Amino acid sequence: MNAINMRDEPLVYELSRAGRVGCSLPKADVPSFELPADLARADLDLPELDELTVVRHFTRLSQKNYSIDTEFYPLGSCTMKYNPKINEAAAANPGWKYLHPLAEEAQAQGALKLMFKLQRSLCEIGGFEAASLQPAAGAHGELSGVLMIRAALVDKGERDRRKMLIPDSAHGTNPASCTMAGFSTQTIPSGPDGNIDMAALRAALDDSVAGIMITNPNTLGLFERNIVEICDLVHRAGGYVYGDGANMNALTGVFKPGSSGIDVMHFNLHKTFSTPHGGGGPGAGMVAAGAALAPYLPGPIASEDAGKYRLAMPAKSIGRVKSFYGNFGVLVRAYTYLLMTGADGLRRVAENAVLNANYLKAKLSDVYPVPHARRCMHEFVARGNIAEGVHTLDIAKRLIDYGFHPPTVYFPLIVQEALMIEPTETESKETLDLFIEAMRSIAAEAGSQPELLHEAPHRAPVARLDEVMAARCPILCYRG
Amino acid sequence: MPFIPTTDAERNEMLGAIGAASLEELFGDIPQRLRVKKLDLPEGLSELEAGEALDSLADLNQTAKKMDWFLGAGAYYSYIPAVVPALASRGEFLTAYTPYQPEVSQGTLQAIFEYQSMAAKLLGMSVVNASHYDGATALAEAVLMAWKAREGRNKVLLPADLHPEYADVIATYCTSFEIEFARYEGDPARAPIDERTAAIIIAYPGFSGEVWPIGPAAAIAHERGALCVVHTDPVMCAILASPGSQGADIVTAEGQSLGNPLNFGGPYLGMMGTTDALVRKMPGRIVGETKDKEGRRGFVLTLSTREQHIRREKAVSNICSNQGLSMLQTCIHLATLGAAGLREVAKQSYDKAHYAASRIADLSGYRVKSARFFREFLVQTPKPAVDIVRALGAKGIMPGLALSRYFSDRPNELLVCVTEMNTKDQIDRLVAALKEASR
Amino acid sequence: MAIDASARYLESHEYAKPAGSDMLIGISDHAQAELGDVVFVELPSVGKELAKGSTFGTIESVKAASDLYMPISGKIVEVNEAVKGDPSLVNKDCYGQGWLIRVSPSNSAEFSSLLDAKAYGKAIGEE
Repeated sequence: MNAINMRDEPLVYELSRAGRVGCSLPKADVPSFELPADLARADLDLPELDELTVVRHFTRLSQKNYSIDTEFYPLGSCTMKYNPKINEAAAANPGWKYLHPLAEEAQAQGALKLMFKLQRSLCEIGGFEAASLQPAAGAHGELSGVLMIRAALVDKGERDRRKMLIPDSAHGTNPASCTMAGFSTQTIPSGPDGNIDMAALRAALDDSVAGIMITNPNTLGLFERNIVEICDLVHRAGGYVYGDGANMNALTGVFKPGSSGIDVMHFNLHKTFSTPHGGGGPGAGMVAAGAALAPYLPGPIASEDAGKYRLAMPAKSIGRVKSFYGNFGVLVRAYTYLLMTGADGLRRVAENAVLNANYLKAKLSDVYPVPHARRCMHEFVARGNIAEGVHTLDIAKRLIDYGFHPPTVYFPLIVQEALMIEPTETESKETLDLFIEAMRSIAAEAGSQPELLHEAPHRAPVARLDEVMAARCPILCYRG
Repeated sequence: MPFIPTTDAERNEMLGAIGAASLEELFGDIPQRLRVKKLDLPEGLSELEAGEALDSLADLNQTAKKMDWFLGAGAYYSYIPAVVPALASRGEFLTAYTPYQPEVSQGTLQAIFEYQSMAAKLLGMSVVNASHYDGATALAEAVLMAWKAREGRNKVLLPADLHPEYADVIATYCTSFEIEFARYEGDPARAPIDERTAAIIIAYPGFSGEVWPIGPAAAIAHERGALCVVHTDPVMCAILASPGSQGADIVTAEGQSLGNPLNFGGPYLGMMGTTDALVRKMPGRIVGETKDKEGRRGFVLTLSTREQHIRREKAVSNICSNQGLSMLQTCIHLATLGAAGLREVAKQSYDKAHYAASRIADLSGYRVKSARFFREFLVQTPKPAVDIVRALGAKGIMPGLALSRYFSDRPNELLVCVTEMNTKDQIDRLVAALKEASR
Repeated sequence: MAIDASARYLESHEYAKPAGSDMLIGISDHAQAELGDVVFVELPSVGKELAKGSTFGTIESVKAASDLYMPISGKIVEVNEAVKGDPSLVNKDCYGQGWLIRVSPSNSAEFSSLLDAKAYGKAIGEE
């Protein structure tokens, strides 16, 4: 059984004792200057802890988490692959840590060269002309891409194209990004084969359409078989195609999204390219484009001129989407991973990711129905409502007792009681077999002892939490 | 392949269970003619070779550690105690994901709650979110938040003395919206706030380092029905009155200098906080305290109906991730320094900056242009600032930011930053070199 | 599912219920059950004039948020402050203490064009 820390841990404020000090600074070596009387702050309510208390506190907190380093974490759509330790070692080099973003270009050649090489590598993997590493997350990349489409349309005098088409299986960030870019959205339904309904798509294409946002493979883990035709139809109707690259782990070295006609796409470096998830970030949402939209990329981006590396704004850039150049520390990790993986390795990543997902599907679909009978890619969606009164949430919480992080639940919205499972290529067959065994045990319990599921988790630091109370009477900071 | 454990024998067994003859068959949905023959990339390297390649690149960089460094302008060379990276790099923090399953994410969730609590006290606000990408994007989202909260009003007042990259990001984020921006100079209390104004944005301190009080401007804004949005330096808030205590409705800040290394510009930390009245309009993840069914205290993501995974096109923002690990580093940093430690860091920066300014003011040809400042101040130089930067670079000193890098019409201005990392000796050497360079 | 016979309904589950010369507006029992525990209600300011079909606020549970649509046109004369403080009133007593807004109708013909209790019952029975 996994050794999760079951003890209650006080808050830093509850551990605080007046006069305790956690860190030592050199003595001040200059005279003291008076603070402006009208603005001087009398006191600061931060905790006072000694260093050992800080260490024990955060160490014990960390032990309350499930993580990739400790448990199998098959969160669909998140690509929870192993985060190599060499990435951390490389990123810790003082040559990166202490480099100021406004150092002279001559002082930052190592950094600029890394950015340039990474841009080019990702363009090769995705089939694109140019890339910007500036977006800090997938959603940030999406916003950039959608703003690029808007800018291109404005340039062509087509401001009235204000509508983005979005499949009903799309991640919520897709329509949210459209709204932030001033677009309205229209949903395109999926057909019984789990792919975009082509008749519905054709019917929706008119001259108010700016484009379509597509995830391929989609959030059901299914490859959009009509992708070339979809891109073609949208282009003929005067629109652009945005690609959400969250599911790139199924495709590296096998298929280049750019080759199917996608105009602009973001990649999640914290998914396919192994950078750590950090409890919710930081990620990196690099955005790449084909010839039509490349001039609009956010910037500055790295460029090369006779062996010297520089920063430059793309010719018709939409502007900056954040300060400086991107989550550079994350980029160092992604680049390290790419160097180690290489051309052949990338292909094997996709092959094994798809193999592992199909293996789980083959061994589980008799007890957890999978709505679509097709081969899945790197992930698949099953239903968790497998017995009277049992819901996906119950399956998820019971898995915790078996020492696994639950898969993604209740997404995509088009499958009721969805359970989205993505193993990734870094898991061994025995881990997958243990997971299969656990899922099958839970399925049996669902029939014979459902209360075990309803009351789960039994073996976690807390039981199910009252989310209604948290939303009705929010307590959002320490009030003691 | 080091990260793929599956052997050929296991692969065959698995293909058998799937009922496929080969791996190739699993990709049957992808048109043959679009399959990649081979990526035009080098073959994979061993860990040893990859590590050396990265280190060689890192060695090409000239860092703040190798020079006497006096350049800030949005990113600060600050001290990070050893416990911060030691604790944050624990695998259970580093390789966990978004805490959507709270029962097995209490470590992450409690750390976020503790960060929210400490940041709220520092900034003087009721509620702080779990972070945004950086200070610039936090401010851009704050502008949108304030504009949407004042329906019918289209004007937003921006300070002229705002970091130019921040102004750019705001412009990008607001591209699609009919917002009328107007810039004001100097004291925000004298800005033209009227009944068409949705919000006044105040930079506390400004890009030049200048510090204006917020109170009078906030009072005028509220009287005229507008909101007061303040972008601040979180270290400055340790010793100068917080924006919240002076009436700010929304506060943003760049949290990098609280425990996050320079890292050539990222990942950084967008801090964002607001009042109880506006909390449901604030973007970003928020953690709340609650109980489990046995009455134990626990923490969960809450107020999720603002967010994209529920509201989709009607979400307050499209933001999905936060800067989790960067936020954790700031949390551990604040807990380690504590009240006394952070005030000491802030006061030392303040004193060292004022010592430097007083000595530079005594140099002929140089004039300190900032009247009241925290740790950055603007200097008028006798020669183009880029020439001075070059001359001092040869002596291992980076004296500051030549403003002409952003503003071509300001060639003789230098933005100098002094933190707790600069010693008196370094400052004295800087002054001597500036004097030398003016000849 | 309880359906108040004196009220009339939109297909999107809002009801209008006569109260003197005004109308009380809220959401039906079916709607509150579907939403789950209500955690927050956002309501307009008193004095606002809104047309039938326009949004007058939002209602949120932990997992969902819905816009609220005006079943009739009119002026908001009162807003239920009790519900703002205790959103669970919508779950417990949606036709009584869980009312959301009181409206002075501007077009008396609109009420009769809404679904009556029987027709609404059919509409949700079919769902």
